[in-house]
Amino acid sequence: MLLRTMPPQRIWLLAGYAAAAAALFCAPLVLSDFRLNLLAKFLAYAIVALGLDLIWGYTGILSLGHGVFFGLGGYAMAMYLKLNAGGGRLPDFMDWSGLTALPWFWKPFGSLTFAVLAGILLPMLLALVLGYFTFRNRIRGVYFTILTQALVIITVTLFIGQQAYTGGTNGVTGYGKLFGYSLASPDTKRFLYWVTVVLLFGAFSLCRYLVKSRFGKVLRAIRDGENRVRFIGYNPAVYQKVAFSISAGLAGLAGMLFVLHVGIISPSMMGIVPSIEMVLWVAIGGRGTLGGAVLGAILLNSAKSAFSESYPDIWILFMGALFVVVVVFLPKGAAGLFSQLKRVGRRKAADEGANGVRHPAV
Amino acid sequence: MRKNVWKSGVFVLLASMLVLAGCGKNENKAASTNEAESDSGNEIKVGILHSLSGTMAISEVSVKDAEMMAIDEINAKGGVLGKKLVPVVEDGASDWPTFAEKARKLISEDEVATVFGGWTSSSRKAMLPVFEELKSLLWYPVQYEGLEQSPNIMYTGATTNQQIVPAVSWLLENHGKRFFLLGSDYVFPRTANKIIKEQLKVESGELVGEEYTPLGHTDYATVIAKIKEAKPDVIFNTLNGDSNVAFFKQMKDAGISPKDITTLSVSVAEEEIRGIGVDVLAGTYAAWNYYQTTDTPANKTFVENYKKKYGADRVTADPIEAGYDAVYLWAAAVEKAGSTDVEKVKEAAKELEWDAPEGKVKIDGETQHLYKTVRIGEVQSDGQFKEVWNSGDPVKPDPYLKGYTWAASLSESK
Repeated sequence: MLLRTMPPQRIWLLAGYAAAAAALFCAPLVLSDFRLNLLAKFLAYAIVALGLDLIWGYTGILSLGHGVFFGLGGYAMAMYLKLNAGGGRLPDFMDWSGLTALPWFWKPFGSLTFAVLAGILLPMLLALVLGYFTFRNRIRGVYFTILTQALVIITVTLFIGQQAYTGGTNGVTGYGKLFGYSLASPDTKRFLYWVTVVLLFGAFSLCRYLVKSRFGKVLRAIRDGENRVRFIGYNPAVYQKVAFSISAGLAGLAGMLFVLHVGIISPSMMGIVPSIEMVLWVAIGGRGTLGGAVLGAILLNSAKSAFSESYPDIWILFMGALFVVVVVFLPKGAAGLFSQLKRVGRRKAADEGANGVRHPAV
Repeated sequence: MRKNVWKSGVFVLLASMLVLAGCGKNENKAASTNEAESDSGNEIKVGILHSLSGTMAISEVSVKDAEMMAIDEINAKGGVLGKKLVPVVEDGASDWPTFAEKARKLISEDEVATVFGGWTSSSRKAMLPVFEELKSLLWYPVQYEGLEQSPNIMYTGATTNQQIVPAVSWLLENHGKRFFLLGSDYVFPRTANKIIKEQLKVESGELVGEEYTPLGHTDYATVIAKIKEAKPDVIFNTLNGDSNVAFFKQMKDAGISPKDITTLSVSVAEEEIRGIGVDVLAGTYAAWNYYQTTDTPANKTFVENYKKKYGADRVTADPIEAGYDAVYLWAAAVEKAGSTDVEKVKEAAKELEWDAPEGKVKIDGETQHLYKTVRIGEVQSDGQFKEVWNSGDPVKPDPYLKGYTWAASLSESK
């Protein structure tokens, strides 16, 4: 009964969610341990994509610096794991870089609670500080984007340079255990997969709630006409700061999950290329739609894995072709494909109707 | 209407691309389901994991080529245990997490018998936990900083006592006491210099300067000014990649020739000479275990075959040869063990000897490193090395430098 009163679009959307939930639920039954681990990594990426969509798709601020927030989260978790793997010994890279005692800022990371909080709050704080200096001064558009790139370069240089404290280019790897369970065992991996699914669902709900709320409406208003919003009496800078900070927090969360799934974090994961890649997931998936962002992260990374496994020598060309095709033909991303198809279908039906041949409506 | 035709054309292209990718994957799938184990049927699958894209591709592709050549040669002679070797190639993309992911894929999806791969220490450190977790075996073909010994890695490149330590002794004896250490800022140069500093203390050398520059750094004006001021006899160069081009060019521009200050590099081989330019390098030294000019019967055929297969303009170099060795050593160990089982292969590999292009090599059962002959070479004007010193017999590998009392502080911490 309820279904009948709903607009068809909404029914499709619900069906889509149901299908996605079912797919995620069944994945552990069908996929091998390796593939499940990959999927879990993609789901972590999807959380970054959600955050980016919030700031770019809904607020119109393009950040090419989310790799930094992702990396900070990753390092927080990696520090916790490394400290617990060492059994009280100094992490190996400190040893060969000439440190003899644990630096003070490493010490609290021995606690999981602290590490998890730091992994989310540090990126949020950094975003807030950056936002404070930029949005207040009405630094927008491409200028803001350039600043985020600068943030990436500064952070990566810092992390590579401070080898004794960060592991340098190698990053931090070789962990072993999480709450006493081996990270390597399939059971732990499955457990972490479910954690990721739950957190992705949580992040999705949070973003959906934000987007539907008055807060979300203001964000969209800022995207479409910042000055108008200001003239009405809102202070856009506050909204931008908050959105940017939430987005950074989600990236940090994803970074922590990434480390748990992959077992390594290095400065290359927060560099310029990954930061741009993250934006691509959203662009390809469809910005301004939360489902699109998630879809984009999963599809693109699956394609990357599939291409690189089948054609290790030339897979990059395939990825390039994929980007070109999507940008040229699906300006609204994969999520826009459905509405595009519908439009084509409607036009076709109209054409045929004019020719006197009528098919039953789809 | 025309636009539509164009559009559908590209869609067809995209679709066929996806189908192609799908096919490629299915082939892999079919292969792995038909052969539940890597050595059942008539084939043995082996993994090859190097960076085929990204910044490291320029170095690593040659190693991949040498490993593929070794596999082809072995197959032409009838394979291993009467079975053909089938290489499964993956791209590490110069990205350390990707190395970990692809290693996992090769071991658990393709179920390869062993993996040959890696170049940078970072990539090895990223792969190490995966190989230990899945109890597989990695053959790592590049000289490195030592202080590591994983039961799941075979190290076919030199460790520090087969490259750096003898090179320092040779320099002290022949070229002077005052050392200036210059390196890229990452684990290999840092660890190498830590060792050199200890060694200088006991062998009565003198450290007059130590500088690190970020990977990819290209401005050496300040460093060269410091060198001029410190007036060293010797520059021990652990710079990596492009930085070498900038450093040597700017040294020449500053009017410092290799005759004024002896320079010895540990990351500049034949292939790097081609990139940097022989005009600025001629007269400098390098320490390796193998040169293209190394005079052994095995090397003659190796160089000949490599050039025939990949082009006369290609050169061979130490890591390329170490990659080639790795495949042959693994194959010999499998033949001896009569199985591809990792533990059995490791057992059979102990004290295994082979006449490599670099001369006789032997796997040290204790450390899983190779006995290797140390060679110091001088760059000639044709871009090749002339060997000026060698250790005579192959040197026993000692990754933790346990045999050197002055290195106690380095090895005890681990």
